[in-house]
Amino acid sequence: MKLVYFAWVRERVGKAEEELAPPPSVKTVAELVTWLRGRGEEYAHAFEHPKSVRAAIDKSHVKPDAAIAGAREIAFFPPMTGG
Amino acid sequence: MMQTTVRLQREDFDAAAEQRALTYGRTDVGAVVTFTGICRGAESGEPIAALTLEHYPGMAEEEISRHVEEAKSRWPLLGVSVIHRYGRIEPGENIVLVVTTSSHREAAFSAAEFLMDYLKTRAPFWKQVESAQGTTWVDAKAVDDKAADRWAEPKSKPGNQAAE
Repeated sequence: MKLVYFAWVRERVGKAEEELAPPPSVKTVAELVTWLRGRGEEYAHAFEHPKSVRAAIDKSHVKPDAAIAGAREIAFFPPMTGG
Repeated sequence: MMQTTVRLQREDFDAAAEQRALTYGRTDVGAVVTFTGICRGAESGEPIAALTLEHYPGMAEEEISRHVEEAKSRWPLLGVSVIHRYGRIEPGENIVLVVTTSSHREAAFSAAEFLMDYLKTRAPFWKQVESAQGTTWVDAKAVDDKAADRWAEPKSKPGNQAAE
């Protein structure tokens, strides 16, 4: 699946997007965050406060318990500050 | 005839022209509300050089359109235009435009406020401040979340509906 990052999540991870294949045991957004945090310091830093990172699956907002099965694109970003 | 426009763009917009586009030649419109959000020259008392707005292409349009549809289902609107800029914006420049038209003012006022409150908290945009101290990301404000929360649909209570 494609992961995309925005704002300070993008800066901390050090890239705007990447293709990753998490193991089948990773079933929800929250589990994906935990798995990402184990991938290296930059991810641990980006997701150090999981509650301050929001997620979207295929361009719709989702909660941490959302299932990731079938997702083409998962985005992580800080709380929005538009308008 | 319902007119709807949702646009994301780097360039500036002309609020008066957008308003005219929703009212010109129509006699059913009795109220137009035009809100323009402008880049301030100071953030938390500190002067700023510019804001840079990052957005999630694709999702930003979809999310705004979803809320425009929601506004149209909640109020008897005749037209809605939302334009949100991205990229580098200097103090005094436009950031966002919401125009709503209706036969009567209540719907136009409420829908414009609803759309702005949701844009602040749900549309995937992030503001970065550029100042003499460097660049920092703007923190989301609890007051904006509260403003958006007040539009949450009340849980339907059959008893109340029967009383209406």
